[in-house]
Amino acid sequence: MRIVEAIFLVFINPLFYKIALTAATPLIFASLGGVYSEITGVVNIALEGIMLLGAFTSVVFTWLTGNVWIGVLMAVVSGVALAWLHAWGSIKWAGNQVVLGTALILIAQGITGFLMEPIFGKPGQTDFVGKVEEIKIPGIAEIPFIGKVIGEISPFVYMAFAAVAFSWWLIYKTNLGLRMRSVGENPEAADTLGINVYGIRYFGVLMSGVWAGLAGAYLSVGEVGLFKELMSGGRGFIALAAMILGKYNPVGALLASLLFGASTAFANQMQSSSLIHVSDTVKPLFDMIPFILTIIVVAGFVGKSRPPKADGVPYEKGA
Amino acid sequence: MYAVEMVNIVKRFPGVLANDHVTLRVKKGSIHAIVGENGAGKSTLMNQLYGLYHPDEGEIFIDGKKVVIKGPRDAIKEGIGMVHQHFMLVDTLTVAENVVLGSEPKKGLNFDLKRARKEVMELSEKYGLTVDVDAKVEDISVGMQQRVEIIKTLYRGANIIILDEPTAVLTPQEVEELFAIMRKLKSDGKTILFISHKLHEVMEISDRVTVMRLGKVTGELETSQTNPKEIARYMVGRDVVLTVTKEFHEPKDTVFEVKNLVVKDNRGLVAVNDVSFEVKRGEIVGIAGVAGNGQTELVEAITGLRKIESGHMYFEGKDVTGFTPRQLREQGMAHIPEDRLKHGLIKEFEAYYNVILGGHYKTLFTNGPFLNHNKIFEYTKQLMEEFDVRPRRIEHLGGNFSGGNQQKLVVGREINTNPKFLVVAQPTRGLDVGAIEFIHKQILKMRERDVGILLISMELEEIFSLSDRILVMYEGEIMGEVRPEETTVEEVGMMMTGHRLEEARRG
Repeated sequence: MRIVEAIFLVFINPLFYKIALTAATPLIFASLGGVYSEITGVVNIALEGIMLLGAFTSVVFTWLTGNVWIGVLMAVVSGVALAWLHAWGSIKWAGNQVVLGTALILIAQGITGFLMEPIFGKPGQTDFVGKVEEIKIPGIAEIPFIGKVIGEISPFVYMAFAAVAFSWWLIYKTNLGLRMRSVGENPEAADTLGINVYGIRYFGVLMSGVWAGLAGAYLSVGEVGLFKELMSGGRGFIALAAMILGKYNPVGALLASLLFGASTAFANQMQSSSLIHVSDTVKPLFDMIPFILTIIVVAGFVGKSRPPKADGVPYEKGA
Repeated sequence: MYAVEMVNIVKRFPGVLANDHVTLRVKKGSIHAIVGENGAGKSTLMNQLYGLYHPDEGEIFIDGKKVVIKGPRDAIKEGIGMVHQHFMLVDTLTVAENVVLGSEPKKGLNFDLKRARKEVMELSEKYGLTVDVDAKVEDISVGMQQRVEIIKTLYRGANIIILDEPTAVLTPQEVEELFAIMRKLKSDGKTILFISHKLHEVMEISDRVTVMRLGKVTGELETSQTNPKEIARYMVGRDVVLTVTKEFHEPKDTVFEVKNLVVKDNRGLVAVNDVSFEVKRGEIVGIAGVAGNGQTELVEAITGLRKIESGHMYFEGKDVTGFTPRQLREQGMAHIPEDRLKHGLIKEFEAYYNVILGGHYKTLFTNGPFLNHNKIFEYTKQLMEEFDVRPRRIEHLGGNFSGGNQQKLVVGREINTNPKFLVVAQPTRGLDVGAIEFIHKQILKMRERDVGILLISMELEEIFSLSDRILVMYEGEIMGEVRPEETTVEEVGMMMTGHRLEEARRG
């Protein structure tokens, strides 16, 4: 039973947990973005595109300025810009949100692919431009096991957890959050109470641009320090699955993202296990694990996760 | 002193003059009823007072002061509150959260739930509006939801409260409770605008009545000096028979029967629990009950639209359990569904396609495998003539007819199939007195032609005036069977809230 032994060894290896956390980080940010948008009633499948554009923008500006944090900031700006397009089309013009989102993904793929050549002089992949270094936290780093997991890790991981805490507070403990939730459930009722439905929806969608932009920045300058074409690789969609599995709640989205992160880490560790031989032909099967998990959880749990009632329905006054 | 004055209000919608120089004056501290048929312009007028629409012409004065109301926010500022016919509540939020939404109390940066709860409880106590502040709106009864709506207006300091058809969704007991609350509000100095088309309620609760018809005010009456007949005349423009007179008609043999029927709802919960009854030829069996007690599922099961878990259905003695809607129609069943826009007709289809739905495959309308449009047009013209559908344009789209005329199309289509058994659900929901009179006549005509009729209705008046026997449904079960001439509204009301006939009789 070498395979059982291999699995056991994976689970007692702190590296597995560290990889799970780092793999979950972009999902946490992006699924938070989904939560903001969808609880106000706008379906945002453009997350995938926003992430990709954010990854690209942060590399470009890191390369131009030599400062990764300016790169990260510009990723947020580009994310908000793309999200603004989505908001404009789906809120102001009451367009079909799925079609718009798909269009934006294709636009992001087109723009980033096209700009590779004029900016970096070659298609496919950029050179290393610099990355956000892992930070070592004294005190934690010395704790056995735990220190190996989170003692020295990308600051993005901490930022992701902070973002979840902030979002939970905003959505469930403030007036603005109450209004966001009301607008996604029953915009007409909110409107009769003098709440600015369009304004709140804009806020939700633009915030989704902030978070998905950060998710993108993490993929490039946060993790590898370079940009690869199509490097978001479907993670925007997994983030949507995490959002649904997390019942449109920031904490739920966090837990679901961790589950997906763990499955990625598991696939990764099993492939490099010395106890079992994984041939190159089988490797792609391991890479499928997170996606298979997505299907299972979405199919199995979607019945219990109820989207906001007005999610995806444009609000038109007096209609 | 007038709390509300709306002077010479004109409101146009594309192709319609919804309010044609309407003037409304409401005395401070009074209950003022506004009545009229559907489409008379009552709701349009009220929506302008609440800022949801803006008048094209005319002026609005609140407490003698001229105001311009640009939106609900302005209306709230002027002390106007509105309880809409379809409640404006967020199902997933709690009662307290719903009340304060839009003007939430704050504590630092946070939403102050504690204060919200406290204020709601205080209002609830002051006006006798019993609510559960921490319950989610989706879990509370319709009556309580309405009380939440009223508290919402009070929380915003409303002195003028608009109630748009507030009794449409309530049981008789809940209506009495609502009236008690309205009287309490009035004694507290609040002004209430009460929109309704139920004349006996208007007579009972209001001080004055404004009657509207086709966008104009046709009458302005002191309630104590008028009567339902007079109000109805102003509403319809002619004399209306308000009470249905039904001749004695001897029922024949049984045409339809259900035995121990069990049906589940969409969530998989038992919605119809062991229900048995029979309908005879030439008999109207009425099913009374508060909405959501299994009537919808019962109708869907009987008409073949919903799976039957257990039990049997018999049509002229033949077991028809599990038959498809088409098979049932071929046996001689017809169905006038409760929601004419969802199941009755297709909004985007012309009248001539709508009236052949379900019979579209019959040789009457076909020419081999093709539709025979000449025959269809001819048939539609006849049907529209016979059932007085207006406008008489066969190519008019289903969705563009008024509610009453849509219903006439559906009723005409179903009656023309010459059924032996007719299932009629909420036949007059949202219709005006003129159309109600017409539909009721048609149902009684079918009874005289020895058709067995199952009538499902939330309107107790309708059940009482049409039925030969009344079954009362509560949580999927039949609470008892009574004859209209041997029972009272109170007794049936008791059964509608879950008391069996014997208990209701004991009081």
